[in-house]
Amino acid sequence: MLTPLASLRTGLELRLAAEARDWLHRALAEAADDRHRTDADPPPAGVRPTASPPSGTRTPATRTHSVPRLPRWELHFARAGRICRGAAADSTDAPDPVDAARVLILHAAAPGTRELTRLYRHGTGDERRAVLLALPQLDPPPEPAAALELVEDALRTNDTRLIAAALGPYAAAHLDAHQWRHGVLKCLFTGVPLAALAGLAHRASGDEELARMLEDYAHERTAAGRSVPEDLDRALRLARLAAPGETGKSSHSPRPPHPPPPSRSAPAPPTPPRPSPEP
Amino acid sequence: MTRPTRRIFDPHIHMTSRTTDDYAAMYASGVRALVEPSFWLGQPRTSPATFLDYFDALLGWEPYRAAQYGIAHHCTLALNPKEANDPRCLPVLDELPRYLLKDGVVAVGEIGYDSMTPAEDDALAAQLQLAHDHELPALVHTPHRDKAAGLARTLDVLRESPLAPERVLLDHLNETTVGDAADSGCWLGFSIYPDTKMDPDRMVRILRVHGTERVLVNSAADWGHSDPLKTGHVADAMLAAGFEDDDVDTVLWRNPVAFYGQSGHLHLDVPPPGAREQQHLFQGNSILRGGE
Repeated sequence: MLTPLASLRTGLELRLAAEARDWLHRALAEAADDRHRTDADPPPAGVRPTASPPSGTRTPATRTHSVPRLPRWELHFARAGRICRGAAADSTDAPDPVDAARVLILHAAAPGTRELTRLYRHGTGDERRAVLLALPQLDPPPEPAAALELVEDALRTNDTRLIAAALGPYAAAHLDAHQWRHGVLKCLFTGVPLAALAGLAHRASGDEELARMLEDYAHERTAAGRSVPEDLDRALRLARLAAPGETGKSSHSPRPPHPPPPSRSAPAPPTPPRPSPEP
Repeated sequence: MTRPTRRIFDPHIHMTSRTTDDYAAMYASGVRALVEPSFWLGQPRTSPATFLDYFDALLGWEPYRAAQYGIAHHCTLALNPKEANDPRCLPVLDELPRYLLKDGVVAVGEIGYDSMTPAEDDALAAQLQLAHDHELPALVHTPHRDKAAGLARTLDVLRESPLAPERVLLDHLNETTVGDAADSGCWLGFSIYPDTKMDPDRMVRILRVHGTERVLVNSAADWGHSDPLKTGHVADAMLAAGFEDDDVDTVLWRNPVAFYGQSGHLHLDVPPPGAREQQHLFQGNSILRGGE
């Protein structure tokens, strides 16, 4: 998980070379400056003017396709990868320097929800990831419905970097129970460690439906002679815990986490008919 | 024959059309980096929106897929020559500028001629200007039909463009076009195919005559009859013909790195498959699908 913004910035600066650190200072200052501009303001300096069209071209190519007149912070957001990727790693747990730089730029620029959606929709994989990581850090916060559309979009992908970023503190606080449970299952399916999920203990606690889904998944794996992800037991134990203030729920069933895997020599035991899984 | 030290950069291959088996075989053959130019899908697009979905895939999903197999993926973006003739597709030119800023975009391309129409003239000139404005090199496809005339017309347009020859890669060259292309000062690309374009032995003969300077070799593998391992076959043929390992490294690694490196967007540090990073939080292997 990302550390609070101040320590995120400090940690990043310590890892950047002098030139990249200067860029970060400029990027954050210009992002904060852009934040206070209104739509009626002219584009800020630093964005190249429209180029003249190539000679001898015909309609419709006589229009120009120059470097876009984007706010400075958006250009910095795009360039962060090239500038920060080589930052020295001080520990394997440190936030990715490119993620950190982009989250800091987004926080400083405070884009509106529409801009945030556009950045995500037309972003590279890494840019999308940064938007997802920034969701809980933005001030003012994004409109929840639109922000959740981005989270749910990421959860539909098979890109584990996006899935993990989508299930951060914003999803823990806002994602509905059905989508969140499917997020947990998606992590187990795709190999994202459940440690990546923000608020796992809180949200899973006493969630009988999640427990059922996990048990069904464990059953499906063992029936196929496959191993059950190690993380599943942890989530299942949490889901069987009573939520605070609730006691005596059926989730305290003494049933073992999942049946033992079949031996290699014996066929899988017959299984009773089960409802079809959700598509 | 795979030498442990061999490293290959395929500077033109359409991986969205290929399987994960291809990625694994490419890695085993020495491929560690590639460039995927945007191009025609084999079926016409009908709107700019489908271009944007394609660009998004080249900037998101495909690099992710490649990284699972230890291969650094980059792309070139453009309105391709064939679809430059369809007015429904032209508005994608308005969308290109903001995409060209992205990490992983190492050139404007494929641009150039297909049927040598006025619409293709316009798209080529406009996109060469785009490359210049964005400080990117350009990957220029030379036409399959009427190739020599197509190259001559391409060189005319290049002379009028603001883009310097050393920032242009002329692709799909052969014995009939390599001389004029070399004289232009541009980089020289050769596509090695099972039956058409070039083959490894003809490529070796060209290398003997022209040397290795500014020469790039690619598989241009796509959805058609093609082979993503052709770059390795050229390396084998070069060694069998008496070229040194250093010559192979020049053609199959250092030259593409030098050309696309002009973008400032190359990132070649991808961990090998199975490395610890692949098991890391954000690098798990969803391509195994896990039953989805």
